[in-house]
Parts: sequence; C-alpha cells; structure tokens
Amino acid sequence: MRVWKFGDDIDTDAIIPGRFLTIYDPAELAKHAFEGTRDEFAKEVQEGDVVVAGSNFGCGSSREHAPLALLGAGVKVVVAKSFARIFYRNAVNTGLLPLVSAGAEGIRDGDTVTVDLAGGYIEANGRRLPIEPVPGFMKEIVDAGGLVAYAKGLDEVKTCNTE
Amino acid sequence: MSATIAEKIFSQRCGRPVRAGEVVMAPVDAAMIHDITGPLAVRVFREMGGERVFDPERIIMLFDHQVPADSIPAAENHVFMRQFAEEQGIHNYDLLEGVCHQVVMEKGRAAPGEIIVGTDSHTCTYGAAGAFATGIGSTDMGFVLKFGALYFRVPESILVEVEGAFGKRVGAKDLILSLAGDIGADGATYMALEFTGRAMREMNMAGRMTCANMAIEMGAKAGIVAPDAATWDYVTARRDIKPFDLAGDADARYRERRHYDVTDLAPQVAVPHNVDNVVDVTKVAGTKVDQVFIGSCTNGRYEDLFEAAEVLGNADRFADGVRVIVIPASRTEYLKALRGGLIERFVEAGALVEAPCCGPCMGGAFGLLAPGEVSLSTSNRNFRGRQGSAQASVYLSSPATAAASALYGEITDPREV
Repeated sequence: MRVWKFGDDIDTDAIIPGRFLTIYDPAELAKHAFEGTRDEFAKEVQEGDVVVAGSNFGCGSSREHAPLALLGAGVKVVVAKSFARIFYRNAVNTGLLPLVSAGAEGIRDGDTVTVDLAGGYIEANGRRLPIEPVPGFMKEIVDAGGLVAYAKGLDEVKTCNTE
Repeated sequence: MSATIAEKIFSQRCGRPVRAGEVVMAPVDAAMIHDITGPLAVRVFREMGGERVFDPERIIMLFDHQVPADSIPAAENHVFMRQFAEEQGIHNYDLLEGVCHQVVMEKGRAAPGEIIVGTDSHTCTYGAAGAFATGIGSTDMGFVLKFGALYFRVPESILVEVEGAFGKRVGAKDLILSLAGDIGADGATYMALEFTGRAMREMNMAGRMTCANMAIEMGAKAGIVAPDAATWDYVTARRDIKPFDLAGDADARYRERRHYDVTDLAPQVAVPHNVDNVVDVTKVAGTKVDQVFIGSCTNGRYEDLFEAAEVLGNADRFADGVRVIVIPASRTEYLKALRGGLIERFVEAGALVEAPCCGPCMGGAFGLLAPGEVSLSTSNRNFRGRQGSAQASVYLSSPATAAASALYGEITDPREV
C-alpha cells in the first residue's frame, strides 16, 4: 500500500476545498481531494493507499466532506503524529481509521506500508512503528463500523443525567 | 470540590461531579445546523433510522455559507433543508438573519452553563455567553438530532488570564491572534480555553465573541469567557433566564495557567498560510493587498464595523486597486451599521457591501482570489486556498488594521493612520 506523505497542520480546506462542499458523494468528492495543493493525489491514488502526516492532521473546518473524500479515494487508514479533534471523530464516525503513531514522521512518500491493527504497529521499510490504541469509547464505534451502524441498533441512549 | 468552568458545566448537566478525562453521554441543550453541513447531518439522521428529531425547539437551522444560493446544488440543499424543517417543526431562520454564530448569540439561543453543539468548527463562539459550545461533524450531528445527546470527553482546561488595558486601535482580535501565535495551532487540542482577567471583564460582548470564536484555531474544543454582569445583561435581554454564578475555582486543576498583559500589545497579523504564524503589524507593513474583507463570524459585528469606520475617518476613498468587501454578520448588525451611517461611509469610500453571510471566508461563494493575489481579512483562517486559489495569500488582522490597509493599499499599522 503506497504512502502519500503530508506535513504538519494539513487542514480540511486542503483536503477538500470549500467550493466542492455541495457535493456529498464520496466518489465525486475524491475527484477533488487535495485539489490545488497536491493535484496528482486524485489522479494517482489507488484503493488501499495510506495517507501519512505529521501533527494536527485535519485541522480547521468541521466539514465531514474531508474524511469522505479520502474514503471515496479508496484510503481507509490515515496515520499521523496527531490529529485535530473534530477530524479524528469524523474519521471514526465515517469509518476512516485514524491511527496515531509517534513514528509517522519517519515514513516517506512512496513507501510501502502494512498496518497490523491486532499487533498494534505499522510496518514501513522493514521497520515496525507502534500505533496508539484507539480510545475505549471510540473503539466501540470503530468495531461497529462507524457511528451510523452503531446508532442504528439503538432506540434511545442513556445520558449521564439519567444513569 | 474545586473545578474548572468546563467541569462545572458537565457536572451540572450530568447531576453528579464529573472530572476532566471522563467520557460522558451528555444531554445537548441546543444544536445548530447550516446549509453546508446540515444536509449531510439530515441524511445521517435518516440512515440511523431517525424519524422525529429529539426536540425541534432545541434545533437551530439557518443558511449562511452559500446565500443567496450561488449554484443550483446550493439551491437544492436549501430546498432540502427547508423541507426537513417543515416536516420536523424546526424554526428555520433560513437565509434572512445572517451568519450562524452571530444569529445564535443575538437570538439568545446560547446561555451560561449550557452544552451546545453545531456542525461548524466555530461553534465555540458561544463560549462568549458562558456556554460549553463545540463544533462537531455531520455524523455526530445525525446522532444528536436523533438522541439529543452525544459522547463528550470532558476536556482539561487552560486558564488564560488577560490583564492590562488595550492601547489605541488594539483590541480583542489582536489578543486572540497573539494567543494563537503563542499557543500554536494544536497547542490546545482536546482542551478548553477559559478566559478571565481584567482585560476580558472590560471587553464588550463583540470582543469576547471574537476571542471565543478563534479557540478552535488553537485546536481547542471550547473557548469559554467566565460569565459576568456583561454576559448576563446580554443573555437576559434575549431570554428569560435567572443569573447564577459560574466561575472556575481558584484551586481548580487547570492543565496550565497562562498570563498575558495587553498593555503593550501591538496590532497583530497572521501571515500565510497558518493562523499561528503571527507577527506584529510592523513586520509586514508595506505588503501590497488586492482585497480587504471586513466581516465574518469573527469580526462582522457593529463594533467591528465601527472600528473600521473610525480608522477610515474623513478619508475620501479606499486606495485605488483594492477591492474592499464589507459584510455585516447579521441583519441586526447590518441595520445598526446602516442607521449609524457606517454603511454609507463604506460605500462612499468605494467598498462593496454585501448582505449578511460568510462571504469570502467560505472560499466558494464569492470574493475568491486569483493565483498570486493577496487578501487581508478579518476572518479566522488563512489556510492555503481558503479564499480561492491555492497560489493566493491570505493575511488575518483586526478591523482597524484591515481598514488602515484598505486606505493605503498595503498592510498598514492602524496606529499610524
């Protein structure tokens, strides 16, 4: 799986510019992913490729079009040193797996990586880099396959004031 | 037990003491959706099996990003949302009232102690009213529309104590830009910023909204201004609610306590292409600008327009070759500026005054930049491509600096005008 390497503070305007926000179909959004900032991405990205970035990936707007554009491009995993909060939740909710790895910076563009979730590491160029476990309540959503699947089975939720 | 404001709000809403780090399914007091992120939230609500929203009276709907509709798909989104509002009995402000965060505040839909979510990252603005308000994605909002609750990790807080008094033509925007430069674009990720101190107490609600608005630019989940008499005056003028005390305890467990003094603060400018790339205006003075935008949820209020008009003074015209776009943040603010004579002054000086909306900050509707162009904007983000071409440059400043720069066609220190 090919790595598309990005730097720090990659914002959601870069992932999907504002002028495409009337689109909601992931495959259509994918045609404009990183348009203007990295035009070859949409043309060359392959199913199963992995986006790797530095710190604060997905900062900025709450637009869920950003994880959807990556999913539409066939990207199922994003590895970063750290994520912006809203993007992290949006990714988990929509089924894009955000993995935090302190070693993300050592991975280069074009590298081939494999992700071993059970083993808790990603392997790049023969090196194993540990990934942080997904926090407990987020893991339930990941395991359900996203928040829609998680919520479908529920008629009501117990809130902290009714427990 | 001593607690931060964020901990107190979650404890109060949960009916038991909760601490930073706890994950709670908390009830939501209000939920805001707009024309860009709303349609997806509605679709998700339906996919989740939603039939009736949890409480139509707690849902705030309006259109501000693409208004009046700038494309057929945008018009279709508006129709889709109108139908949903009609079907669910949700009051829809539609495209009549203005920018979402300004409208939520001025209609009294946010109050101290409330938990509010919105499908817009600048939902943190309502922290100016003492609410815990945070931006969420459309899928989380689908969940909220169905259940009226959401998982929250109660955040740790950073206490930001701001002392001193602002100098001439220096204010809230300069403070929050300098904080962004200091704390960094991810320095407050997952945390709440709690603003207190003399300079905050003396700041009007417009300035407090500017500060809370930009908490997200440091990665924060919320930015809360400790409520005081000014907060309660603002809120009680808009809704029937009895004031109560809500303050962080002196011995609360803050992640960090940061102290600032604004007395010698210079006008600040965020330079391309990151909000935390902040310098004194003197460092970039002389940079030519093609477009100046005064408006947005950050700086589109009457007070902001007044500040810009005061710098404009009796000057005849803005500089040749500069497009000046002025957009009041709401119909109410527009009327105040109109009746105060500000709109006339701006138009006389050559500005384009548009109806309340997000304008160029949205980066898709209008006011886009060509490759190589430079914009100075009073909005909140200068990301590459945010206002059009990825080869354009966006600088951020206060309304005073924006007006001074519009007068001279280059970034200008407003204290020198």
